[in-house]
Amino acid sequence: MSSEKTEREPLFSPKYRKLITTPLGRENPITVQVLGICSALAVTAKLEPAFVMALSVMVVMGVGNVVIAALRNTIPPRIRIIVQLVVIAALVILVDQVLKAFAYDVSKQLSVFVGLIITNCIIMGRFEAFAMANKVWPSFLDGIGNAWGYGWILIVVAFFRELLGSGTIWGYGVIPQSWYIDNGGFYANNGMMILPPMALITVGVIIWVQRKRDTELIEEN
Amino acid sequence: MFTNRYIFIYSSVMVIIVAAILSTAAMVLKPYQERNIAIAKIQGILIAADIESTTENAETLFDQVILEELVIDQDGKVTGRYSKGQLTEGDDRAFDLNLKKELYNKRQGNPYKVPLYMAEADGEEIYIIPLLGTGLWGPIYGNIALKADKNTIYGAEFGNDKETPGLGAEISERNFALQFLGKTLFNQKGDFVSITVKKGGVETMPADNRIHGVDAISGGTITSDAVTKMLENCLGNYVAYFKSQL
Repeated sequence: MSSEKTEREPLFSPKYRKLITTPLGRENPITVQVLGICSALAVTAKLEPAFVMALSVMVVMGVGNVVIAALRNTIPPRIRIIVQLVVIAALVILVDQVLKAFAYDVSKQLSVFVGLIITNCIIMGRFEAFAMANKVWPSFLDGIGNAWGYGWILIVVAFFRELLGSGTIWGYGVIPQSWYIDNGGFYANNGMMILPPMALITVGVIIWVQRKRDTELIEEN
Repeated sequence: MFTNRYIFIYSSVMVIIVAAILSTAAMVLKPYQERNIAIAKIQGILIAADIESTTENAETLFDQVILEELVIDQDGKVTGRYSKGQLTEGDDRAFDLNLKKELYNKRQGNPYKVPLYMAEADGEEIYIIPLLGTGLWGPIYGNIALKADKNTIYGAEFGNDKETPGLGAEISERNFALQFLGKTLFNQKGDFVSITVKKGGVETMPADNRIHGVDAISGGTITSDAVTKMLENCLGNYVAYFKSQL
């Protein structure tokens, strides 16, 4: 890696920086490429699991992209999908084991979701589309960028779902108890927000806002 | 071009390397994980006894609070007693019993043993019963503490591994467990009725049964029913013992 950077571009040249920034907006894996929707529905009922999920995906994607990029010339094209799957599965199991050993509380909250990372199509999509054809460093940046692009959508969706659905943020109550109808107030949590379909609608609203602001994203036909 | 031979060797080597990495990781991390699991078990028991603990002080607190650990067999007889760090009767320590295995034995109609913890709270004895059951996606578990009358619930705690967050997983929330306080397991005739987690809410139950019911979780009916089943299955194991004590 070090030899590459001396003869080529600096570590954070504009081109490399774009690898991180475009997935946050114009090439966002969730709102533009519409990948990884299944886990975005499942983990966003609460903010904390959404955050740890984003972090775990970032680890798996960063390391996975580096491994695949380093091996890219040795991987036989006929079994490349299998190789990618083995790398993802191994990393996910590793993340899960480490969480269980050193962050047991978090791992208990996340047990289902960590396993779900294996089926996250964004990861395999980036392996296949980017890491198989690029050097290690840009692949690493691309992995981190896409994980952030995925993560921030998750966190925004989870923020609204937890706030409107449970009246809490990160588990802390933010809606005053006296507002609730039970206590003689006028407010009730919207139970529908914690059901998966509302995640889809929230993502839809984000897509709408994004396309309103960036008209180039609107397809013509 | 890659030959078939290359592909075979490549995949074999890859699989062996991955297997080696994962089994090493599993072996290295196992002691930490087992310790975490044991501490989580202790913390669960302590929460049922209404004692907050941290990962660091859980074990010391447990030794202070738990006066005696009993092993109870299927006929309600005490076959093991452990207190103050010593086995005084039988040869199993209740804490080391594998509840999953014992409940399996029960299902198979074989002899089984269940653990019971005795502690002191507010000047009277309380009995803590560990629970284990099957939720919608994976195991659910918990602890119920009974007051000295062996009937009224003093404290409760539930946990789950794989229930749906925001729905079934809400059983792990403190508010769900707090509903159990003051409920009773036996009716006035002294028959075991357990506790029902009632879909639609306790108010839909007959008035004289409400003392044996709590509200279910909206959107988590299957998990709520699983809690009912777990309570009946696990608490039922102690009925013979409790009756022999009255």
